Order: sequence, then structure tokens, then C-alpha cells
Amino acid sequence: MTRQTFVERSFLAKNPSVLWFILILALFTLGVTVLSEAYGVAFISTSFVKTLGKTLCLCLVALAMDLIWGYAGILSLGHMAFFALGGYMLGMWLIYARTEEIVVAALAQGGLPATPEEVRQGIAVQIFGVVGASEFPPIWALAHSFWGQMFLVVAVPGVLALVFGWLAFRSRVTGVYLSILTQAMTLALALYLFQNDSGLRGNNGLSGLQNLPGLSDVSQDDLSIWFFWASAFALGAGYVLLAWVVSGKFGSVIRAIRDDEQRVRFLGYSVEGYKLFVFTLTAVIAAIAGALYYPQAGIINPAELAPIASIYLAVWVAIGGRGRLYGAVIGAAFVSLLSSWFTGGRAPSIPLGFYTINWVDWWLVLLGLSFVAVTLFAPKGIGGLFDLWQGRRAPDRKGAALGPDDSSLQEKEALK
Amino acid sequence: MIRPPLFLPQGVMRHFLLSLATALLLALPGLAQAQGTATDILNENRSLVEKPTRAKIAPVIEALAASGDPVAATVLAAWADKGLGLRKADGTFFLIEASGDTWLLRDLTGADAGTAPKSDIVELRPNAGVRGLIATALVQFTLSDPDPETRAEALTSIARDPEEAHLQPLRASLATETDPVLKAQKERLERLLTLRFDTDSAARVAAIQGFGADLGLDLRGALNPLLATSRIAFTGDLPEGSNLARDLVPGKDLSEVEAYDLLVAAGMAPARLTVEEARAALLANIVDGAVGGVPVAELGTQEARDRAYTALEVAGTVPPAATDAEVAAAIAAHRFVEVYEEPDPAVTSAAKSALDGITMKVGAMQAADLALDAVSLASIYFLAAIGLAITFGVMRVINMAHGEFIMMGAYTGYVVQLFITNYTLSILIALPLAFAVTFAAGVAMERLVIRHLYKRPLETLLATFGISIALQQIAKNIFGTQARPLTAPGWLDGALVFNDVVSISYIRIAIFVLAMVFLLFFLWLMKRTRLGLEVRAVTQNPSMAASMGINPDRINMLTFGLGSGIAGIAGAAIGLFAKVTSELGSDYIVQSFMTVVVGGVGNIWGTLAGAALIGALQKGIEWLNPSNTLAAQTYMILFIILFIQFRPRGIIALKGRAAGD
Amino acid sequence: MTALLEVSGVSVTFDGFRAINNLSFSIGAQELRAIIGPNGAGKTTFMDIVTGKTRPDTGSVTFGERSVSLLSLSEAQIARVGVGRKFQRPTVFEDQSVAENLTMALKAQRAPWRVLFWKEGPEDRAKVEALAEEVGLAEHLPRKAGELSHGQKQWLEIGMLLAQEPRLLLVDEPAAGMTLAEREHTTALLVEMAKTRAVVVVEHDMEFVRRLNCKVTVLHEGAVLAEGSLDHVTKNQQVIEVYLGRG
Repeated sequence: MTRQTFVERSFLAKNPSVLWFILILALFTLGVTVLSEAYGVAFISTSFVKTLGKTLCLCLVALAMDLIWGYAGILSLGHMAFFALGGYMLGMWLIYARTEEIVVAALAQGGLPATPEEVRQGIAVQIFGVVGASEFPPIWALAHSFWGQMFLVVAVPGVLALVFGWLAFRSRVTGVYLSILTQAMTLALALYLFQNDSGLRGNNGLSGLQNLPGLSDVSQDDLSIWFFWASAFALGAGYVLLAWVVSGKFGSVIRAIRDDEQRVRFLGYSVEGYKLFVFTLTAVIAAIAGALYYPQAGIINPAELAPIASIYLAVWVAIGGRGRLYGAVIGAAFVSLLSSWFTGGRAPSIPLGFYTINWVDWWLVLLGLSFVAVTLFAPKGIGGLFDLWQGRRAPDRKGAALGPDDSSLQEKEALK
Repeated sequence: MIRPPLFLPQGVMRHFLLSLATALLLALPGLAQAQGTATDILNENRSLVEKPTRAKIAPVIEALAASGDPVAATVLAAWADKGLGLRKADGTFFLIEASGDTWLLRDLTGADAGTAPKSDIVELRPNAGVRGLIATALVQFTLSDPDPETRAEALTSIARDPEEAHLQPLRASLATETDPVLKAQKERLERLLTLRFDTDSAARVAAIQGFGADLGLDLRGALNPLLATSRIAFTGDLPEGSNLARDLVPGKDLSEVEAYDLLVAAGMAPARLTVEEARAALLANIVDGAVGGVPVAELGTQEARDRAYTALEVAGTVPPAATDAEVAAAIAAHRFVEVYEEPDPAVTSAAKSALDGITMKVGAMQAADLALDAVSLASIYFLAAIGLAITFGVMRVINMAHGEFIMMGAYTGYVVQLFITNYTLSILIALPLAFAVTFAAGVAMERLVIRHLYKRPLETLLATFGISIALQQIAKNIFGTQARPLTAPGWLDGALVFNDVVSISYIRIAIFVLAMVFLLFFLWLMKRTRLGLEVRAVTQNPSMAASMGINPDRINMLTFGLGSGIAGIAGAAIGLFAKVTSELGSDYIVQSFMTVVVGGVGNIWGTLAGAALIGALQKGIEWLNPSNTLAAQTYMILFIILFIQFRPRGIIALKGRAAGD
Repeated sequence: MTALLEVSGVSVTFDGFRAINNLSFSIGAQELRAIIGPNGAGKTTFMDIVTGKTRPDTGSVTFGERSVSLLSLSEAQIARVGVGRKFQRPTVFEDQSVAENLTMALKAQRAPWRVLFWKEGPEDRAKVEALAEEVGLAEHLPRKAGELSHGQKQWLEIGMLLAQEPRLLLVDEPAAGMTLAEREHTTALLVEMAKTRAVVVVEHDMEFVRRLNCKVTVLHEGAVLAEGSLDHVTKNQQVIEVYLGRG
């Protein structure tokens, strides 16, 4: 991992935690590779490599969430929608190209070379047969092209975020109103995708995404580790990018917006412009994370956009610790891995005599309640532990850290 | 019953036909004897009766019906009901009834004629078509039956499945009808049949116009078939006897493909070559690695395939198929029209104008029905949102577990019904109990969690989300994932029907009433009670209120409990018509917040306006696109997002400094 | 002397209450002006209107040589054309260091993209240090603003205002909660600043206003009651009635 070379030395010098993070991520990647079935001693199963790869993608989207919420103070409940949209956009190419291979192979048996029309028709029937259609909807215009869909991975969530954000920020919707509005946007998108005539196969979603076109000879063992590397790279790059964004004056401004946006306006900064920039940037990062996640998951359907997914994202970031990038990564990794351990049925049940606590059923209750507990008693999350550790060296601050805990312009203005 | 539907239970049929037959015996003794008795007619046509076909048996049945013999009705009824038998030995007809291995025999007048082994008798089994003819023939007897109920039944059955043959018997029975209600029904039915089946054009037009402003479904059902159209293509003049509905322009009123398909179907043009057929034809004619001189390897484009096929066509190896240019020429050479199945233009134009009039009136009625639907949806949203209007609107506390309080209310109703089976009583107990349960839950939540987060709205949102997740899962663990029934009392079943178009179910009326009760209760509470005064005081200025001896802690707790309790009652009510699942609440939470936000925070009238807007909007969008409620919800949310652009503070906004910035 | 800020015929109504009633006001490019008036006279609302926080129902507000109308600009745009505002309570970003607070306020490009690629040059550093020196916070640059004392926060905010290099400065009760020495320091600073720009001070405290030794505008019920030197207005019978008389 040598990609940090393009970053200014002074930036890294000022932010040693970025170096630490990259180092740990590199060691982790190396470790998983050595223990994998494809390139190592086969200690870790391929499905677990996929789980780890997916977790890295979740860490990336959690980073985006931390930027928008922890730093800019906007509790967006729509970032998992951008995440899923990114998955959909790449999934369209995957399912198209993969089906194209199958259709071309089938038609080649027919004695005549296939015409482009026959191939396209064959793909359409294969893909849309489940929803009773046999024509490509217009939104699939670029599906045949990898770069076209890669462009859409960024463009569709980006433009959606731009338009939605412009509308919302322009009318100065803030705080919980904005949260509810983003949640409504997510719900609308999910409901739309649930329809069969949405052009994205309704609630069937897109499946078979783990098979890469042109790589049918490569085993899933190899593919899983390749995706793991790609996810690790994306996470590393995303971390460096976001650390750079928040370290300079820009970071200063967005944290200031979080704490007192009216004051920032009087300093001459257009608060709406900054919010829109951060909202769109994080939406794009979320989409890229999603585009890496769903080929590892293999399937995507509209349930992935349910508002609850975005709430879990907020839960991860809150438990990890807002307003610090590594907190988001820790939270996402910790909670999502714990969650798959509990819901995977591997956690031991607790017999109480009169009742046995089965974690598959009770994990969500535990998560919900521990989330309440974190909000009440440890607003800094797991990341707060680092403060305790560093606290031995730095003297106590006299002023209370305002930060994301207590912010909101309204409250202070109200006191006036 | 006249033409017995095949799915009607045999027992019912038998009973009806037998009672009919007895009735006829009494009803028709005075009628003049026509040509011969029923027995004679049967005997003359024995072989036909034994193996009847719909086409040939008709005159026999008509003769029977017209005979005036009272036995005829009995015979016909028995025949239709497989109650008529033929003795093999001598060809005598009997009324038969199975009894173990033997037939109980009666002669055609009904007198007992002993028994016979099953093998001696041929049981006559007329097919459905013949039974239909018999049933029609029986109509005239039934319509004049002395029992008004039988007559009413006959009318109903004719109305359900009218036939040309019913017209004459119906008219004949009009004169003797004594019951005014039945007479009116008969007259209406007569006109309905006239407009469809009469041979006289003027009479039909008169019948159509005679209905005036009538909106009945039956009238529309009678008029619509008159306007049924089919598409035809032709060259030159309109075929003789066609009743033109409208011209069709290819490419506008019908697609080129449809137009050409019409020509193909009418045999006026060769079929277009499908891709598969062309492919098969080409495959069949590969000679030396080429088709029609085009190498196989080059056949990877449509253009090359067309070229190869044309070459084969020229060589005569494949049948000619229309190319695109030929298709276009063929379409251009023909005229396409829609013609009415009904040949009489006077009738179709009368029917069309009558139906247009009806359509307009029905449209207005549907708008009224839609408005009722919208009102009922609005009251549901209002009911779901009113608790939120208190916690969010008055206290500015976001409670994402509000939906789960609704769910708790619904489950409370379900549990009460487990113990009290009288639905009326159980709902009367469930409503206050739901309030008590959710009030307690609300107070507990306020004390344990929300109290510590008053200054941190976003964290309140998240913490209550945590509670919401936990509550939902607990409900799932206790009650399972399948929907639980919460049954409404019997007196809430059914609907208030205004006419064929406008109706509203009683349960929705009850919800509406409940919503209004809550509105009044809320207004009374806030404006007329000490608690309301203190709540308003604490909302506006907590520290000032505290210094005046109001305990803000206590007020916050009570207010929150109240909002939660109302959510519980709303849940018990919503559970009566929605599925009670652990996800019941989350189905309503976003809409509830939308209602409060769109209406304007902190104002109950705003919540009402918001509910009305959202309800009307959702119903309106559903009306535009009735097949798709998902799309309706999508567009509604998009509308709300846009709406907030223009009125960020909602419909009824607090103005000035009080609103904060 | 041409006016820098020209407010004419402005009215604002909140729920039927006329907070500002046909108010007209103007101030020159290098001028110190005090605005006094009893509670509810509309002093804060007046500042809200000039800075774009509140939109008036009628009237016009123009600024600068080219008479830009401030009514069509957002708060941020108004700040960028050169109107700075100091709040009554010190509002600094407590979670960030003194240096960060000052850097943010430095006159520079404000667009997100420019700020993202902004790099601190040596001259920026020097400017921040000079400003910190001027407001007496040179030793506190790396400290979080939240750790400063109340007075130090006031100074930091004044420093941030200076960093913005505004042409018009609106100051809301600068002396509130300050010690005598701090007040003297503040007075001197305001007078000094008014030599190169327009400064409007909203104040309750007559002693402080007297020390500023400048033209005074008296507001009452949303309109200008009197204008002139402090001695002049204090002799005005109406002013005595509505304000001083209540003493």
C-alpha cells in the first residue's frame, strides 16, 4: 500500500492517525490474504473473506456517514439508499454482461451467427422474464458498457443527492426535519424500486452478482480475495481523502456549521453550499462502497434501501464515535461483525430456566437497548476510549467540548 | 335459475324446480289447451328428447311451453333436473327419483307408478345448452307465479343473465303483475331487455332514452355491449351494413403492428416474418455454407438475413413474407375503422349519448366516493399523527418509537380479544386499556431516556429509534411474525351505501368519528384545562413556568404519556382494519411525521390540514394510477418533499419571533 | 460625505407587532455611531435586517459606493460584501482552536471548492499571529476556544471580525460583562477601528456611550426618535420621556 505518496507530506505529518490507520489496514489485508483459501493457508473460509470484504465496504460508507453527521452535523437517514443505488448501478452491468455471455453461448448453438437484435432480445427476456417484461427499460441504456455503468455508479447517486440536497438546504430544512425528510426520500426510493415496472426487476432485485463476466474460470476463492483487496484499497483511499478534507480549513468550516451555522453565515460562508458539497461527496462515497459491496453479497433488492438500513448506519457511527474518522470505522466493523455473529446463530443461547434467550431473536433487542445506552451514557462511543487513553498525557480541558453532543444553533439562540 | 348456472348446487336446483312445478300446476289450469298434451309432444319427439341437441330440440321445448298443459311445467322442470326417465321396454316417460338401487316412478301427472330397477330406465341427462333452453321456456311460468318471492327470484335471475327469449314472457307477465314493487322492477327489466333485444329500432331508442338520468349498474351493463366495437380493415367503401364507430389512423389510433396484424388476420396480406421463422427458414436452406448466396458467417446482422431471405424468396424456396416496405404499402392501401357490433346506428348513437351522460354523472359520483375515501384515509393519518402532534408538535420531542406505541395499542386489542370473546365488550375494554398501557410505556420512556436528551434533538431521534427497534423485535418474539386478527364488532361490518358508486364502510365512519372526538378532546385539553395551560406555559418558556410554580418535569412526563396513550388508542382502532403485525407501527411512522411536518408543527389544526392534504393526495394519485399504490406513495412523498420547499414551516405556520429561526 | 449604509423606510411586522416602523438610517464610510434605546425599541431587529437574518416588509437597504441592495443578498453574501457582526454573547467555535477560529475568519475566498484546496501560506500565518497579538491572545493560539474565559472569547470574536476586514461593523453590547479595564480597552479599539471603517455600536450603557464620544441615534418603538451628539439627544424632551425619564 503505497498510495499515500500523492498526499502532501505536511498533511500526513499533521495527521499521524492516518498513517496508523493505513498501516493497520495494510497489515490486516496482508493477514487475511495469507490466511485465505486462494493465496494462503486456507485458514479463513471464502465466505468469511467475503464477510470481511463486505465489512470493509460498510466501514467506507460509515466514513461517509461520519463526515456528513459527525463533522457537518447533518443526520442523514438516506445514505444507505445511495449505497444501494451504487450497488444497483454496478449490478446492472454485472447482470447484463453475465447474461450476455449466456445468451451468446446459447445462440451460438443455433447454426447462424446471432444478430445484435437477437442477443439484446435474448438478454432482455432472460433478465426481465421474472417481472413479465421482455423489453429493456430506457434506464438500461448504458448497461452494456462497464464504463458507462461505472459512470452511473457515481452520477446517479451524485445527481440525486445534489438535487435533493439543493432543495432541502435551500429551504433551510435543518435538524430533525432534515432527518425525516431524508428518511422520506429513502422510503420513496424503496417503494419505487419495489414496483415491478420500475425497470429494476421489482422486489426480485438483481442477483447472481458474484459471477463476474469474462471471469467464469476464476474461482470464487480468488474473486473474493480480489474484491477484498479492492474494498481495502477503497477504504484506505477514502480514509485518506476524508482525513484530508476534514483536516484543513474546509473541515474547520463544516465543524463550525455543525456547531453554529448562523454564525458561519455571518462569517461570509454560504452554509448551503458547504452542506450540499458534503452531502453530495458523501453520497458518492457511499455509492462507491455499495458498488463494491453488492458483488460480494451477490444479490441486491429494494429491501436494502429500507429506511432502517440507514438508521443502522447511524447506529454504527454513534457506537464507534462521531466526529472522528476511525470511530466510524471501528463502529461499523464492530457492530456489523457482532451482528452477523449473533444473527448467524453461532452465539450461545442463554438458558434462564423458564426461558432460553436465543440470540437470533434477541440480538436486535440488545442492539436497540445498547444503542439507547450509548446515546445516554457514552455519547462519544467506542472512540471515547481513545480519549481516556490519551487523557493521561493531555491535561483536562476547562471548557466543555461542544462538538456534536450539544450543538444546534436554535438552542443557543433561544437562550439569548 | 332460469338457465341454471353449472356451479349451482344440485339440491338447490331440484328444490326450486320442484316447487316451481307444483306452483305451475295450481297457476295455469285455466289456460286454453293448445295443440295436444305434453305427453303427446314428448312421445312424438321421443328420439330427440332422448338424445337432444341444442339446435334441434328448441321447437320441441317451445311446443311444450306453448302447450298450455299444466303438466308441461312439471315435465320441463324434471327434465332439466335429470328427473325425467324413459322406460326402455316401451318408451314411456316417467318422473323418476333415485332410491337405492331402484327408481321411484311417477307418471307425468305426478301419480305414483311404482318402482323399477335402475337398468330398466334411461335417465335423461340434457346438456347445459339444452338445460338453458328449458330454463328459458320455464320463465313465463315463473314470472306469473302466485308467490311474489318466486317472481322476484325469477326477475333477479333474468337480470343477471338476460336473453332475448325472456323479453316476450316478461312483457306478457307485466299486465297481470299486482305487486307495485315487482311491477316497477319488471318494467325496468322490460326496458333493459327491449333496448338490447327488441327488433324494432325505435322501441329500443325509446327504451334507452326512457332511462333518463338513471345511473344503475344494470343499465350500464346493458348499454355497454351495445357499444362493443371491432376493428376491421378494407379497401374502398365501408362494407354494407357496418355501423361505423370511428376511423382509425395507423400510427396514431392503432400501431402499425396492430394494423398489419388486422390485415393478416383478415387474410388480406401475407404474414410478417418473425425473427424465429426467418431463422428457421434460413437454417433449412443452407447450401455449401451459404444461404441465398450470402455466407453463413455473415448472417450476424438483420440486414444480411433479410438479403438472404429475399434471395430465397426470389428463388421460390420459401414462401413470400412481407418486408417492411410491403407492410407499409399494405397499411397505406387500406382503411381501418372501428365498427359497432350492433348494426343499428340509431341505437348505437342513442346508447352512446346515454352512456356519455351516465359517465359524466358517474364521474361526479366517483369524485364524491373518492372524497369519502380521502376523508377516511385522512382520519386514519390524523389518528396516527395526533399523538405525535403532542409529543413532537408541542414538546418538540422526536419520538421514533411512536409507531411502536401504535403497534402496542393494536396488540393490546388483540390480547383483550383472547380473553373476552364478545367483540363489542372487548373493544370497549381494549380502548382504555391500550391508552393505559401506552401511557405507562410513554411515561417510562420519558423518565428513563428522553428526559436526559431534551437539549439534543438528534440524539433523541436516535435513542427512540433504538427503542423502536427493540420494541419491534420484542413484539416479534412474543407474537410471532404472522398477522394477528383484531376483529371488529358485528355492528361495524358492512357499509353505508348511497348508490351504486358511493359507499363507505361503517368501520371507516367509526374511525372518522374517533378522529373528530380526539380533535375535540385535544382542543378541550389544551384550551380549557389547567393541564393544557401548564403544558403551553412549559412549551413557551420552561424556566418562567418553573418559577411560577409549575413543575416542568411533571408536565413533560404527563404530556408525553398523553401523546403515547393516544397513539395506543389509535393503534387499537387501526388494528380493526389493518393487519396487526410487529411492523404495523413502522408502516405509519413516516406518514405520521409527514402529517405533522406538512401541517405545521405545534398546531393541531395544522395536523388536521396535513392529514387532509396527505389523505386527499394519496387517494388522488391512486385514482390517476389505480393499479399501483406503491407508485402513489412514492409520488406522494416526492410531492411532500417539494411542498416543504415552498412552505418549510407547514401549512399553518407559527410566524414571527415565536417560530425561532 | 456619501453614506456607506443607507436604510430607508424599513418596516417589519411580527404577528401584527410592528418591530420596526418606517426606520431610516445612514452611516458614512469612516464613522462611529452608537444606537441606544429602551428594550423592544428594535435595536436587535435593526441589526438582523442589515445582516440579512430578517427580511423587512417594506423599505430598502443599500450598501457601498455602488449602492448594492442588501435585501436581495443572503446572510453570507452580505458578510462577503463587507458587513461584520458581533453578537452580544461571544459566539466563537468552542470546539476549535483560537488559530482555527481566526483562520476561518480571514478574508479569503469563501467558495467550498476554493476552501477545500486552500493552503495556509506564511503570510496567512503571519496575519493570524498579528491578529492574535492585537487582541491579546497570542499565547493562546493552539488552545481550544472553549477553554478561554468569557472576556477572552469576546476578544477572540473581535479578532475574528477584524480578520474579516469588514467595511461596516455592527457591534451588539460589546461592554456587557466586561471589567472596567476591559471596557477601556474596548472603547479604544472601537474608536481606532472607526478610523478606517464604519462602526455601529448598540449599547444600553450610557457611560460607555459617552466614552465613545460619537454621534448617537435613539430608537423608540422601531423608529428613530432623535439623532445627534449624546448631549444633544439627552436634552431632547421626547428622549427624556421615553427612555431616560423612566430611569
